[in-house]
Amino acid sequence: MHVDYQSLRFEYRRSPDQSASQRAHHPVVVVGAGPVGLATAIDLAQSGQRVLLLDDDHCLSSGSRAICFAKRTLEIFDRLGCGDPMVEKGVTWNLGRIFHRNEPVYSFDLLPEGGHRRPAFVNLQQYYVEGFLLDRARALPGIEIRWGNKVSGVSPSEDGVELTVETPEGEYHIQADYVVAADGARSPIRKALGLESRGRSFRDRFLIADVRMKADFPAERWFWFDPPFHPNESVLLHRQPDGVWRIDFQLGWDADPVAERTPERVIPRLRALLGADAEFELEWVSVYTFSCLRMERFRHGRVIFAGDAAHGVSPFGARGANSGVQDAENIAWKLALVLRGEAPDTLLDSYDAERVAAADENILNSTRSTDFITPKNAASRAFRDATLDLARDCAFARRLVNSGRLSLPCTYHDSPLNTPDAETFAGPLVPGAPAPDAPLVVDGRPDWLLRRLGGEFSLLHFRKAAPAMPETVPPVRLVTVAPGEDAEGMAARRYDARPGTTYLIRPDQHVCARWRRFDPDAVSRALGRATGRA
Amino acid sequence: MLNTEPNIAAPDDFYEALLSIHQDLTPEQSRVVDARLILLLCNHIGDLGVLRQAMVRARQGIEPAGRDAAIAASA
Ligand SMILES: Cc1cc2nc3c(=O)[nH]c(=O)nc-3n(C[C@H](O)[C@H](O)[C@H](O)COP(=O)(O)OP(=O)(O)OC[C@H]3O[C@@H](n4cnc5c(N)ncnc54)[C@H](O)[C@@H]3O)c2cc1C
Repeated sequence: MHVDYQSLRFEYRRSPDQSASQRAHHPVVVVGAGPVGLATAIDLAQSGQRVLLLDDDHCLSSGSRAICFAKRTLEIFDRLGCGDPMVEKGVTWNLGRIFHRNEPVYSFDLLPEGGHRRPAFVNLQQYYVEGFLLDRARALPGIEIRWGNKVSGVSPSEDGVELTVETPEGEYHIQADYVVAADGARSPIRKALGLESRGRSFRDRFLIADVRMKADFPAERWFWFDPPFHPNESVLLHRQPDGVWRIDFQLGWDADPVAERTPERVIPRLRALLGADAEFELEWVSVYTFSCLRMERFRHGRVIFAGDAAHGVSPFGARGANSGVQDAENIAWKLALVLRGEAPDTLLDSYDAERVAAADENILNSTRSTDFITPKNAASRAFRDATLDLARDCAFARRLVNSGRLSLPCTYHDSPLNTPDAETFAGPLVPGAPAPDAPLVVDGRPDWLLRRLGGEFSLLHFRKAAPAMPETVPPVRLVTVAPGEDAEGMAARRYDARPGTTYLIRPDQHVCARWRRFDPDAVSRALGRATGRA
Repeated sequence: MLNTEPNIAAPDDFYEALLSIHQDLTPEQSRVVDARLILLLCNHIGDLGVLRQAMVRARQGIEPAGRDAAIAASA
């Protein structure tokens, strides 16, 4: 069934909170029904938490905006119960090609190894992502969504946060134990609290033109530096579902952002690329500049910032929405434990530590790509052009060409929740890293390792016989991988596992401890640490 | 460790070769050649520690008198 998610309108409805004689109390209020707010609400609801989600608008993302969703984000969507529609609708791609002037200089395959359920990336308009998240959210009993409810005041105190909410029928007030501010790049909550997001802007402008057309370009990412049809600047071409193509033109700082948006300007640029007789329709046009910035801290007492509200990156590398969804899953399980009384409030400080580090990593990568694409002085430009020239016949230079690096999830190397290894493990997997997927065969049927982990703490044990798991708070689910189930041996390789090897994996599927044998006391200690009690 | 002791067997030959690749070039063309040369040499050396030492030495004593095209931002 095809749903035009972009045209859906959600009505404001009066809530009983607005006429309550006493101020209504909510354990957690999520502000903003963008991808980050929706993912946070679903994750909380899946762990049994009641959530109120407020959004000032009546519709999903207008315009395609974020289109590249990375493997880890798809794995998170799997856990949130909406990975399948995303991957079915999305355009799967692994290959990127880079051209300099008219010549191909370099191509890269983002997922050279097999044995992963999800591809490196799918391209999918943001309104679909939000639409599938919303469908999932509506199917969960614990989530109440209020459209046309704009948060206009925030007063935090020791034991809660009072929110003022504006509606078409006037203001009302509610009390929340915790607030997740996923209210976007302009974050009114950030402003209301007198906080700032700081960093730097790049002196460049880009035109985004999404066009609907029949074209036989492959499902690959094509990036041109200085092509004949758009001299001196760069151009990006990328395919989306429904015959829509994202075309991005670098315009330079002196471009007029208003004039450049008009069809009289946009259509000739497109014709130069697509040919004089190409038939296409403009779907969405926007001119933007960008900044890399972040708030100094993401946790401010009982108000927690996530997504664009907390940090911003340039679009090269697709780290905005992807990293925001990772914020969501990081905060959700921690809040759920704290609200259930199974972890101290200080566990939330680890959200700040882990996601600030992740934002820095994303900003670093995004800044480096931008510095390559938008040289900021004559020397940067000279090195950029020299790199592209050399890339044609010198392999080393191809590795330096940077039109955006693959969005990879952050490894929380220095997280206070990790238990350092006491035994040696080989390979790239370390405590703090997201658990890698691997194909399994369970009861004769193909399955995936990540699918078996679920959304609680899991003890992944490589052996035939299951050890007895002690009762713990929060409970830990035992997941065993018998040698026969790991038919291709990929799980054992990716986890450097031998019989007895045991991993403690967090609800967000990051590794927090591992051992060569199952030791219930060690598991309890590591669990204490991972829930902020040690 | 960056080697700043004599390491080139025929220094005058080297210097002549270095200048000759710039013969009759405009400053812009020379910049292109230099940039390629630096990238080729850096890759050949490979050791980032050594490269950083060379970069520090090259930059020594130069007070910035220009300005990059990036601006502080806040939101
Ligand atoms: C042109 C473009 C291309 C992009 N491409 C990519 C890409 O390829 N990959 C990628 O990962 N990212 C990309 N991004 C970034 C991505 O769109 C954002 O990072 C993402 O939307 C952030 O999600 P969010 O939920 O934090 O914020 P938003 O999506 O901005 O959602 C915020 C929500 O909060 C609501 N809200 C705001 N104020 C209030 C209030 N006071 N009360 C109640 N509700 C409020 C808003 O109505 C909105 O629904 C792109 C962005 C742009 C503009």
